[in-house]
Amino acid sequence: MFRRLVRLQGPLGNILSPDKVCPRNQQLRCAVNYSSALGEKRRFYKDVSISQSEGGLYEVNLDRRKLKTPGGKLFTAPNEAMAIAVATEWDAQKDTLKYYTMHLTTLCNTALDNPTHRTKEQMISAALKFLETDTVCYRVDEPPSLVELQKNEWDPVLHWIENRYNVTIGSSSNILGPEIPKETKDTFRQHLKSYNFWSMTGLEFVITQLKSVVLAIGVIDRHLSVEQAVLLSRLEEEYQIKYWGNVEWAHDYESYELRARTAAGALFVHLSSESSTIKRKLMQN
Amino acid sequence: MAPALRVCRGILKELRASIGPTYNKSLAYNYVMDQFRKNKITGERYCRAQQEAHHDSNTYLCLLGSTRTHLALHKLYHAKGECSQESAAAMVGLRLPEQPGGKGWEK
Repeated sequence: MFRRLVRLQGPLGNILSPDKVCPRNQQLRCAVNYSSALGEKRRFYKDVSISQSEGGLYEVNLDRRKLKTPGGKLFTAPNEAMAIAVATEWDAQKDTLKYYTMHLTTLCNTALDNPTHRTKEQMISAALKFLETDTVCYRVDEPPSLVELQKNEWDPVLHWIENRYNVTIGSSSNILGPEIPKETKDTFRQHLKSYNFWSMTGLEFVITQLKSVVLAIGVIDRHLSVEQAVLLSRLEEEYQIKYWGNVEWAHDYESYELRARTAAGALFVHLSSESSTIKRKLMQN
Repeated sequence: MAPALRVCRGILKELRASIGPTYNKSLAYNYVMDQFRKNKITGERYCRAQQEAHHDSNTYLCLLGSTRTHLALHKLYHAKGECSQESAAAMVGLRLPEQPGGKGWEK
């Protein structure tokens, strides 16, 4: 005879205490499923696939159901690569869905729903405002080894971006930060206008994560790798870690999270703005 | 940046770790292998598309690896929830007091 284990589920008000339901089961505790109350959803699908819809957009399907954004709209990705990457994120979920690991999905949802109703111009202005408090431009006065480290690591990136875009940015060690001339801002504004809305969403995300416009543009222009950019962004922290020691549950945790988010943002920008064509070259005999 | 072969193998390892044994039937596997094969041969000395694809593959490897590591660290350090009174006391080497006659208000 099998004694059925009663699985209790639902809003907290309905849950009976396990002792009342299985009074004779002292050793065998009933599995009370609180997961819906704690906000953890179980993986309710088995297969993840993608399909193409009209307009060249791609949709993600969880079993037979189409994926939707939190705003209720149908989830559409602009190209196959983005759809496959999002599908892989959903496929990588084990028993419970952990939304904080699905960075590309979150970025796509933000671009599709636009819950704060931001325009591209607003995002460009916000990015340029950030330039005034850019990490790479803010230097310390002491200790001297940190000053040296900042000079050796951050100056090359500044030189690169100044040469690439023909601007002057400069660095400063006073509390007000560097003076960004108007021509610099205009040049960047022109450059940022060339990105579409999705790419701009991704770029703003990368800027916010790295706390630097210079480093974000460095990653997007493929001058820096994601690991390098994260290292440069966290330069002072890494310096202190080398001196005082590493705390895995804080330093490594934040470092890997920052890396994941920056990589997702960079990939999002690249996937949103790429277009590939195949041109066959004739074989010459 | 790591050479292309190492990046490719890294991505496949990450896919196997996150998806499981069926990773070589997944969409990502097919797409990634396809892209690596397409961009392998180039007639140019400096092929921008190849460089871009190389950077993107590094970025994707970083994404997969760091989300997995971050999740593992989270589970290890931040996901245990509250511990019971016994284990909280045991953390500092104490034990909860025992009262053989019961505390008085229990039935």
